[in-house]
Amino acid sequence: MKRIEAVNDFVVKFANVNGSGSASANELFAKAILRMGVPVSPRNIFPSNIQGLPTWYEVRVSERGWLGRRGGIDMMVAMNPQTWDADVKEVEPGGYLFYDSTRPLPPSAFRDDLTVIGMPVTAICNATYEDARQRQLFKNIMVLGALSVLMEVDPQAIEKLFGEQYRGKERLLESNIRALHAGRSFAKDHLQAPIGLRVKRADAVGNRIFVDGNAAAALGCVYGGATVCAWYPITPSSSVAETFQKYCEKFRRDPATGESRYAIVQAEDEIASVGMITGAGWNGARAFTATSGPGVSLMTEFIGLAYFAEIPFVIIDVQRGGPSTGMPTRTQQADLVSTAYASHGDTKHPMLLPQDPAECFEFSATALDLAERLQTPVFVMTDLDIGMNQRLCDPFVWDDERRYDRGKVMTAEELEAGREFARYKDVDGDGIPWRTLPGTHPTLGSYFTRGTTRDPQARYSEAGADYVYNVQRLLKKFAFAATLVPQPQVRAASRKTRLGVLYFGSTSPAMDEALVALAQSGIHLDAMRLRAFPFPPSVAEFIEDHDQLFVVEQNRDAQMRTLLVNELEVDPAKLAPVLHYDGTPITARAIAQAITRRVHAFAVAPSKEKSR
Amino acid sequence: MTYIAKPKLHHPTLAKNGVGYTRRDYEGKVSTLCAGCGHDSISASIIQACWQLDIEPHKVAKLSGIGCSSKTPDYFLGASHGFNTVHGRMPSVLTGAYLANRELLYLERLGRRRPRPPSAWASSRTPCGAACAWSTSWRTTASTASPRASSRRPPTAAAKARRAR
Repeated sequence: MKRIEAVNDFVVKFANVNGSGSASANELFAKAILRMGVPVSPRNIFPSNIQGLPTWYEVRVSERGWLGRRGGIDMMVAMNPQTWDADVKEVEPGGYLFYDSTRPLPPSAFRDDLTVIGMPVTAICNATYEDARQRQLFKNIMVLGALSVLMEVDPQAIEKLFGEQYRGKERLLESNIRALHAGRSFAKDHLQAPIGLRVKRADAVGNRIFVDGNAAAALGCVYGGATVCAWYPITPSSSVAETFQKYCEKFRRDPATGESRYAIVQAEDEIASVGMITGAGWNGARAFTATSGPGVSLMTEFIGLAYFAEIPFVIIDVQRGGPSTGMPTRTQQADLVSTAYASHGDTKHPMLLPQDPAECFEFSATALDLAERLQTPVFVMTDLDIGMNQRLCDPFVWDDERRYDRGKVMTAEELEAGREFARYKDVDGDGIPWRTLPGTHPTLGSYFTRGTTRDPQARYSEAGADYVYNVQRLLKKFAFAATLVPQPQVRAASRKTRLGVLYFGSTSPAMDEALVALAQSGIHLDAMRLRAFPFPPSVAEFIEDHDQLFVVEQNRDAQMRTLLVNELEVDPAKLAPVLHYDGTPITARAIAQAITRRVHAFAVAPSKEKSR
Repeated sequence: MTYIAKPKLHHPTLAKNGVGYTRRDYEGKVSTLCAGCGHDSISASIIQACWQLDIEPHKVAKLSGIGCSSKTPDYFLGASHGFNTVHGRMPSVLTGAYLANRELLYLERLGRRRPRPPSAWASSRTPCGAACAWSTSWRTTASTASPRASSRRPPTAAAKARRAR
């Protein structure tokens, strides 16, 4: 039997029972490898449940730095009898199966093309610990100890992590180290180590940081100057507001008086939370909420009001699987169409599409600027894969010289000097009118904000001409928005090609890897990573410049493709959808296979240059 | 007569309040509600109360929902910013506005039209045949010397009493 041999390049998947304390031990495994200078990208695949259902933790180890899901599993740490059959089946031929051998299993439970490693973890724990809780918790640490021997993970890196985790809790620290070494000695005495999958110290992490997208977005809101946050909890977005609160307690308290310089309200529902940020945005604060698809659905009436009345605020949508409650703890990019055109009547909204936590940070701050510049709701569209998983990314960058773009707010001095104020008049030619904030001037600049039609002076009007002027101006503003939002990034293929690919958001790391694999097999594609909606002219040009393009996304209905076809009036035949929507993050292999299949089906000769 | 612009002229001897405004400075546009509508009485009472309480008009923000009651902020305190929000969901907007700026005085106006059975129409005072359930309340910071956040009653009762004198 040929077994998989790989150093610093493999995928380990842990199959556990939710609520058994496995997540923190698995995270230690990932972080220890990271501390050895080898990039990892872990993904927590968890049920919408507190305890008892199956949960998985997939760790991609890649010295080359591939952070997307690869597809396929090289080693399964199968600790959940409930999912045993499917877990065993998932392992690549020549792979490894680690399991708890306390209870003997029939030979039919195994595969003969796998290296099977049994360790009687439960028996060892029961013999070592009296306490039932300890027996359960230390099982995970013993497994970690055994794996560190099998895969040559530096035990000192793990001990150091323990030390950081249990600083000041010496008893916990000591017992964890004991469990770790108990696991290690068993492996040394009874198992054949090392196996074919090994970790070797490297220097491939660089100055990158390891952080989850929700925390990054929360910090982006702090740096971006958000002072009001109103929210209602929903997976997978809740930790955005929770972390924002933590950061605010740290950074937004007046050092002299101890007074909070921020306001956070957990509202009674999503409708109230968007109502609150509407009021705050109208009254001059930078305000945001964080939610997921079902929350955006509830918010749509207010989103329409804010669009039409031109009120700035930011909504961070951490997308999950829909429709309805759908798959609350699984990832998708399936809110694009419903968000882009959210609300009744003719509405369109800017959406920013971050690829990783670094962009979650950057785009959240940018969204707050854009919302005020454009006087409209701006959405940051992340997803569970980026939001709730820690990801290696570039350190956050913030220029201390950067000033908030508060947009067109007329001051008391300007009004006093006789400057004309007409709330809904396009005076600058960009479709964006000037606004005043409540309380600005005793006699000048007040107006009545309404979602009903009005004339450029904000006076109630049902005249068709006034309505048309207004909605046409909003369209002009939206076109102008395309020039302000983060612009797409293009990566040219190493040779001239007629093929192109469009992708965005959390698909990025898998796409990076797929592009290299495709090029190796002779399929060369120019790649454009979309970073925002509306689409700037460069997107239409990119599509124009290629004969056939793929749009890679994580939803059933090819929603980004729909937006491209609809907004740019592209021939739909030109855009082939590449879709992944089973709730797991998209894999590099799936993208490469789908594109390869399509390229062959089109019968285009990929390596030949286009004759001109 | 709502198509006639309201004249800005007023009698030169019109009394000024403690912050230098006449009662006329607290008015808004001409009401477009039915003649005799109770909402207009409320608006008139708000005008009177704000004048008497020496509240600077531009230091008030008026928030309302959708419907007859909610149109009324256009008919009083013309120098204040107002926000006609969405149906039945105004309080959240006011909460957000208050979080953003605690220096202002917030006036919320909500209500609805509730159709009555035909037999009751005859006694209805308004031609639209609707009775209006309304509420007007204030929110302000504790430091402001005007109506307190805890007082959820409309100030109209006191104002009316004063006017009767």
